[in-house]
Amino acid sequence: MADEVKKKVVEPPGPGDAQLWRMGVEDERINWSRRQFFVKLGTASIAVAGLGTVVFAYQFLSPNVLYEPSLVVNAGKPQGYPPDSVTLDVANRIYIVHSTEGFYALDAVCTHLGCVTAWKPEQHIIACPCHGSKFNPDGTKIEGPAPKPLPWKRVWVSDEGNLMVDRGADVAVRQYVRV
Amino acid sequence: MANKIQSYWDRLRASRVWSSVFRSGPGGSRLHDALAVQQNVFLHLFSVKARKRLLGFSATWYLGALTFAAFLILVITGVLLMLYYHPSVPQAYNDMKDLQFVVSSGVFLRNLHRWSAHAMVLLVFAHMCKVFYRGAYRPPREFNWVIGVILLLITLLLSYTGYLLPWDQLAFWAVTVGSNIASAVPIAGKHIRFLLLGGNQVNANALLRFYVLHCVILPIVATFFIAIHFWRIRKDGGLYAPPPNVVADDIQPKSAAASEGTLR
Repeated sequence: MADEVKKKVVEPPGPGDAQLWRMGVEDERINWSRRQFFVKLGTASIAVAGLGTVVFAYQFLSPNVLYEPSLVVNAGKPQGYPPDSVTLDVANRIYIVHSTEGFYALDAVCTHLGCVTAWKPEQHIIACPCHGSKFNPDGTKIEGPAPKPLPWKRVWVSDEGNLMVDRGADVAVRQYVRV
Repeated sequence: MANKIQSYWDRLRASRVWSSVFRSGPGGSRLHDALAVQQNVFLHLFSVKARKRLLGFSATWYLGALTFAAFLILVITGVLLMLYYHPSVPQAYNDMKDLQFVVSSGVFLRNLHRWSAHAMVLLVFAHMCKVFYRGAYRPPREFNWVIGVILLLITLLLSYTGYLLPWDQLAFWAVTVGSNIASAVPIAGKHIRFLLLGGNQVNANALLRFYVLHCVILPIVATFFIAIHFWRIRKDGGLYAPPPNVVADDIQPKSAAASEGTLR
């Protein structure tokens, strides 16, 4: 019974088969039985569905609307910050620094593992309470496990004359805002 | 009186109802006992016979069984705690405080859950050490070692996700730090953190996600792998301990057929 069934040797299609098929040229190397064709079709369908599931899951798990506080912070009037001062805004996790060159804003979140740092005026440094990283007021690291300096954030003055900080935008260091 | 209870018991076990529920039916022979284990959906994961020496305390220190016991306690207490806990920012901390001070036996259940969680991490680690130093990871038990490592990771993930749920300072900062560790993964780190927290900060979405992971997804995955882990013990030749009267230097990796205590 089984001996009577002649097995056809199937060779994988080479390059150029698609063009031949479009030209209507019959390629004798593609010689799939009906069963083989449906197995391939089924396997391909499952693969496509699996890929779709992965994309679907990734998109579903990524929220499109976030109910988080705005990344743009109104830091108030520049006159509120005395010269040569470093002010920590704990709620927004930024430092407003009024240096001799002008204003700038630093991210107060430690680049090591995300703790909020603190300004130590007596030592004139920014210190992280979690793992002991220390930074200069310009964000450069003095010591500790932090891999990167504290990034500078974009600062501008709004039409109402308020200092605005975009926590979502890093800028190159030494970009001071003069008021 | 005792005879009366015994006779009722025997009658119950001989009844049609009993034999319809328990496939092995009445009887007390060795074969019957073996069938009773083999034909029960829960017990069939285990070997029908085990060497007495391997059921003693010194063979395994019962570390695997104790880990499983801790897991069962955690499931039961955890489900009960869920009845009083809302995974939302305004309520989570207050619910935890209510459990401590207002709910009857709430503080007992919460502490039982917490201590069992610590115990489970400790026990799973001790179990791993015991298996390693006993050489119980060698062929044919290699794959069960891998399953065990997966279970260790799931245990740590359960521990970590449960840590956020009280929503106190400790929980918040621990998860802030922990999720930043996740973002250290090359290339995909930021995405992993975003998916894990459901946002850019540890906030309402993160609390909800950790709750679902802690109460649904991870326990189901853990149960799945625990079942495989137990079933593999039977398939790989039962519990393992070095053969008695053996000098440590003599211990060589053996095939399944040659290893002592093989029951296939």
